[in-house]
Amino acid sequence: MTLLLVALLGGLGAATRFVLDGLVRGRWTHVFPVATTAINVSGSALIGLLTGGLLFHDLDPTVYLVLAVGFCGGYTTFSTAMVETVRLLQTGERRRAVANLLVSLLASLAAAAAGVAALWLMA
Amino acid sequence: MARAGCRVSRPHLDPRLVALVAVGGMVGTTARFLLSTSLPHTEGAWPTATFLENLVGAFLLGLLLETLVRRGAESPRGRSVRLGLGTGALGGFTTYSSLALELERLLTDGAFVIAAAYATATVVLGLAACFAGVTLAARRAGADHPTSPAPGAGPTVDGPGAVR
Repeated sequence: MTLLLVALLGGLGAATRFVLDGLVRGRWTHVFPVATTAINVSGSALIGLLTGGLLFHDLDPTVYLVLAVGFCGGYTTFSTAMVETVRLLQTGERRRAVANLLVSLLASLAAAAAGVAALWLMA
Repeated sequence: MARAGCRVSRPHLDPRLVALVAVGGMVGTTARFLLSTSLPHTEGAWPTATFLENLVGAFLLGLLLETLVRRGAESPRGRSVRLGLGTGALGGFTTYSSLALELERLLTDGAFVIAAAYATATVVLGLAACFAGVTLAARRAGADHPTSPAPGAGPTVDGPGAVR
């Protein structure tokens, strides 16, 4: 049952990513992969909030699993971030490629930490 | 907006394509969940499952997308493969949120060296794995369609480093 819910929410997460990615790309045409970065940072903030809920607010562990592993996992993506970085390198955009790696990693980490911290402060 | 033009120019608003991504995402998420639960993660230790999932997924997505790009103009079937397998399954198989959370947990636990090593290894090896996938696909396409055009091969020779 848990597996089925994780899978369903993973599918929902991937579909959300696909739609948001398309909407962002429709508004900003930029060399820098803004859409994937925004998706990964927002998904990291959400998993931080969920973890804070689990640790400090008695969030049900099954609900946590389904939303964190299912939705957040399906919504965020590492593989696309890597392909986009390879494409930047292939077109000679070396600085943007390095910036993409660092910004994605540090902003996602900061977002996750902020999510946990927010719910710790509210405890 | 013109309803008729929606499907062609805005695949992300086509319910069938969104459903295709969702199904792929379910498959990828299930595979990730099963792998993660078979490789239990202990606090303060290297997150082996996420690490492997992200490297394997980065390699496979590089391989898949470069293979599709090398085939030239995208057919409806090629798009379905890209969205279902790539955006859905491989996008859902890999995860950035777990990576971010694991780093946050390692730092909170004071495991600074493991956190730094994990972050560096994921990004550097993830990029290398993706490059390897792209290069392998390019080589395979090059072997199928040599850049020195064979007699009667036609004018459609893909340029190197074709970018979507």
